[in-house]
Parts: sequence; C-alpha cells; structure tokens
Amino acid sequence: MVEGLLRLGDNTLVLGQRLSAWCGHAPALEEDIALANIALDLIGQTQLWLGLAGQREGQGRDADRLAYHRDAWDFRNLLLVEQPNRDFGVTMMRQFLFDTWHLEVLKALTGHVDEEVSAIAQKAVKEVTYHRERSTDTIIALGDGTEESHNRMQSALDRLWPYVGEMFDPDDADLTDMATLRPAFDTYLLSTLDEATLTKPDSAFAHLGGKTGVRHTEHLGHMLATMQVLPRSYPDAKW
Amino acid sequence: MSNEWPLWEVFIRGQHGLSHRHVGSLHASDAEHALQNARDVYTRRKEGLSIWVVPAADITASAPDEKGSLYDPADDKVYRHPTFFDIPDDVGAM
Repeated sequence: MVEGLLRLGDNTLVLGQRLSAWCGHAPALEEDIALANIALDLIGQTQLWLGLAGQREGQGRDADRLAYHRDAWDFRNLLLVEQPNRDFGVTMMRQFLFDTWHLEVLKALTGHVDEEVSAIAQKAVKEVTYHRERSTDTIIALGDGTEESHNRMQSALDRLWPYVGEMFDPDDADLTDMATLRPAFDTYLLSTLDEATLTKPDSAFAHLGGKTGVRHTEHLGHMLATMQVLPRSYPDAKW
Repeated sequence: MSNEWPLWEVFIRGQHGLSHRHVGSLHASDAEHALQNARDVYTRRKEGLSIWVVPAADITASAPDEKGSLYDPADDKVYRHPTFFDIPDDVGAM
C-alpha cells in the first residue's frame, strides 16, 4: 500500500516541480499562468498522496519529510515525469502523455476499496480532467500547426515514446492494475494524434526502473538537488 | 504582421446570479483556447461560475472624442430621473 501511494505522490511531486520551472519563462503569459496552476494542482495532490503514505507507513514521516528527505533511489515516480522540460513542445507532450494515463488511473482509483484513496482520487480527477483537456488542445494546435511546430511535436513524441511503456508495466505494488488501462489510453492517444497529424512511433521498447526505483535516469538527481537544497541545508526552516 | 495571438475580452459571472462583468483581456489562438486561458487567468480564486469570451476586434466602442455630443446633452435633463418628480402621498409606495 505505502509503495503504491509513494508512486502516485512521487509522480505528481516530480512533475509539479518540473512544471514550476516554467514559471516566468513560458512562451506566453497565459500559458505561464496555466502551467503554474497545473503545477500547483499536482503539488496539492502530492500533499495528499504522500501525507497518506506517511500515515500508513507509521514511522512519523509526513509529506514534507518524504518529499525533501529522500534520495533519488527512494523515489518511485515514472521515468517519464523526471525527463527535462527541454522546449515547450517536449514539456507539453510529456504533459499530454502523463495526463492521459493519469486520468485513467484516477478514474480507476475512485472505486478503490480504501476510502481515503478513493476520496483523494475523486478530488484529483476533476483537476486532471482539465489538465488533459488543456494538454490535448495544445498537442492538436501545435501538431496541426506550422511546419516548425509540427516537427517539434513529432520529435517530442519520438523522444518520449520509450517512457510510455513503463506506465502500463504491471506489478503488485500499484494500487490498480495498470495494464488494464492501456486500451483506454491508446484509444484516446490515437484519436488525439490523428487530429494533431502526428504519427505514433512503432516501437514497443520501454525504459523501466522509475516506479520500482531500480534505475532512475540521471535527470532526477539534479532536479532533487535543486528542490531539496533549502530544507536540507536549513532543516527547521519555515516558509 | 504581428506574432501575437488575437486579443479577447473576458466577462465573468460571479457566484450570486449577477450579470457577466468585464474582468480584463487576454491573448488566445481561438475561442476554446480563450476560455481555457480565461479560466486559468481570471478564475483562480473562485471568482466565477460562467465565462464569456469575445474577440476584442468584434467590439464596437464609442469614440472618446465624441463625448460632448453623446453625453453632455443629458446633463440638463434631470427630469429623466424618477426622483425628479414629487409623488403625491396618496399614490402610496411605488
């Protein structure tokens, strides 16, 4: 149970931190605020998931403790979310792939037997429904946009595709069977890519090791160093 | 030609059945995008229950330098306000 909660909380934490880096840098003011809103939604969900994880673990660790005082190998997030922002196209493609998976996961978890898990999922599903709507529209607008934007979105998809398989790689620690979510993901993905005039890569190759913590990419450690430096240098800091 | 997205004016209706009020403007590529941006820019603190977006280019506005001819003539027509008239007591509450 704790492992499954950490996976959910670490996904939203790492992606929330990644998106926050766009604050003040996005290509338009409106997109800047939208990304910050989504990042805040994800950080809010993190507080709930990691808060519950700490509670169930029963060793006195709260959400902050889990977020700021674990090292890269203790993190259980998907490799997809720790991938660097790169350009706006890569950021939005990562977002679209994650949102599409995330919404299916949360919909499944709303029916979870554990009432606290189901309550968090019910709150998050509303936020993520909007996240997916927004990233979908962006993928379509940029994919079916100019030659430049189309090429960037296709190369973003090609770059991130090897990180899709991990989302559906089933194991017992997940709070729901991820493999059963693949058909709904594929249906939505294909219809969106079709509208966006983008081509799904043929390869089924998947990098694994994020959600098991076995082998994160080198990017996670760098991100955590930035994210954790303050509470680690000043353990009792309040803000 | 400008690289900016077109400008949209945003109107939001608050919680209590009031009419939509102009709250500001934003840039967006199309109407759907403008609604999403309005949601993100102008309803972050639960400001509203309904959003209208209107292309700014479609708004026809009166010209400030016609102020004299448009509005001054109303200055000396106080009798257009209902309070100008004395209501006889036996009319009762209006």
